[in-house]
Amino acid sequence: MVLKVERLSFGYGKRIVLNGIELELKDGEILVLLGPNGCGKTTLLKCINRILKPSEGAVFIDGKNYLEMNEREIARSLGYVPQDHKPPFPYKVLDFVLLGRSPYLGIFSSPSEKDRSIAIESLKAVGIEHLANRPYTELSGGERQLVLLARALATNAKILLLDEPTAHLDFRNTHRILAAVRRIVKERNLSAIMTLHDPNLAYRYADRIAVIGNERVLKVGNPEEIITEEVLKEVYGLDVIILSLDGIKFVVAEVI
Amino acid sequence: MIAYKHLLIRIPIFGLIFLLPFILAVISAGIGYLKISPEDVAKSILKQINSMIFGLNEEMSTADVVIFQIRLPRIVLAGIVGCSLAVSGAVLQSLFKNPLVEPYILGISSGAAFGAALAIGFGFLGGSVQLLAFIFGIISVFLAYSMAKVGGEVPVVNLVLAGIIVSALFTALTSLVKFFVDPHQLAGIVYWIMGSFSYATWSNIAIVTPPILICLLLITAMSWRLNVLSLSDEEAKALGVNVNRDRFTVLCLATLMTSCAVSVSGIIGWVGLLIPHIVRLAFSSDNRVVIPVSASLGASFMILADDIARSAFSFELPISVLTTVLGAPVFMILVRKRARRVWS
Repeated sequence: MVLKVERLSFGYGKRIVLNGIELELKDGEILVLLGPNGCGKTTLLKCINRILKPSEGAVFIDGKNYLEMNEREIARSLGYVPQDHKPPFPYKVLDFVLLGRSPYLGIFSSPSEKDRSIAIESLKAVGIEHLANRPYTELSGGERQLVLLARALATNAKILLLDEPTAHLDFRNTHRILAAVRRIVKERNLSAIMTLHDPNLAYRYADRIAVIGNERVLKVGNPEEIITEEVLKEVYGLDVIILSLDGIKFVVAEVI
Repeated sequence: MIAYKHLLIRIPIFGLIFLLPFILAVISAGIGYLKISPEDVAKSILKQINSMIFGLNEEMSTADVVIFQIRLPRIVLAGIVGCSLAVSGAVLQSLFKNPLVEPYILGISSGAAFGAALAIGFGFLGGSVQLLAFIFGIISVFLAYSMAKVGGEVPVVNLVLAGIIVSALFTALTSLVKFFVDPHQLAGIVYWIMGSFSYATWSNIAIVTPPILICLLLITAMSWRLNVLSLSDEEAKALGVNVNRDRFTVLCLATLMTSCAVSVSGIIGWVGLLIPHIVRLAFSSDNRVVIPVSASLGASFMILADDIARSAFSFELPISVLTTVLGAPVFMILVRKRARRVWS
């Protein structure tokens, strides 16, 4: 177990979003958080990263309570991949990935040659070193998501947190990103928590799935256990049919 | 080395950029009613430096007096102010994550104008325009910052709104002062607000240069951190940066720099917007490049603008009118030609 969420609660003002969340991330696995819009998946991810401070409970990273760690220690342990967005300044891709070295740099320091080689190595790991000199703002959505992934790798964190990495992506790019995440996590022996919308994607790319709803974790299990007609109906309030072909399940919503 | 191989070609360009304000200063010191060649200006400067170092009391020619007592203070001050405004502009653009932000976004200009109006109109603090302009410039940013602070966080949107409110407030108060004072003082206030280097003295330079230089050095040292701060707050936090603390630090430095500049020159617009923008389009958005190059080009631009202001016509043009008239078309061309590709 590399990360443990214990009795974590969070609310925006009086509105409770998360209530006593318990969750474990095992070494080397990809844990997908699944749930309907507004169920608190993204909020949970931000609480795990301490971007948002939980009102109760804590997260233990390698057995260490993260409330006793400083920002830089957390940033070195958890590589965060935000949802795709365009930053206002057209930084070069390599410079942008170099920002991932920030948890190791003081307020007056600049990245060294070593930081630069780590950034280049992260670009190579994701397979986009040919983009190094391109302005980040000129890339396609799929390429930008890969750059964000490379930046998270540059932090050398053992745990990745990915917030809907496939939002706004087309069919090909969706699979390209998720395949890259899966390959890198397995190759480098990392662990990852990822929020997703599509049960089909969760089924294909997760080692385990945690279903979030009603401010808590409803169910955790391997994809075979979670991707069932009963569970999905309970979570999404929608009748679904599960088809099976060559042992692979496909979730299809019944037409309303 | 993939991204840095073309750096070698750039080293001579950067060298030239950093020399540019000094070259322009020497040329500019020869421009005016009494024309002096750049060689003679250089000789005169060397002579003066010599006599300062070795304590010699060489006789000063008319040209020496014109260069040292009249032109150089003005040129040096213009350079320092241009440098400050361009750098503060670049800094605030990063902090606000928006390339169209001016150094005056938090109300420094309106606050300083009110301070100057109090000094000119009512003779507050012995009528020290510079001191009051400086103090009220700082006060306005402090007010905007406190107004924007909600539960330990200072969201950028709040800062923008607070800046608008503070600006409006001080502009109204300045109007009130203008309404009460006599026409002569009213003219003084109006001229001050339009900006000028005609009152430049070595003692003014000696007062504002040390804080400006210290701020410039610290900001240059923090230029990588500025890159991180230009990301969304959430991303910067996830990268281990204490966003509120660092943003406050950088904001203080930029405010001090701008207030110093405004206190000795009045309100000069467009430099802080135009120069960093040109640097980003021509070189890079990396603040390790943007900050030092903006400093140098800001100084050069202001020296050139002041040359035109003081010598193009028989009267002196207000400098802010000139920077706007020069800046607006250039900006327009840049935005139409290249910005569509870069910012869209």
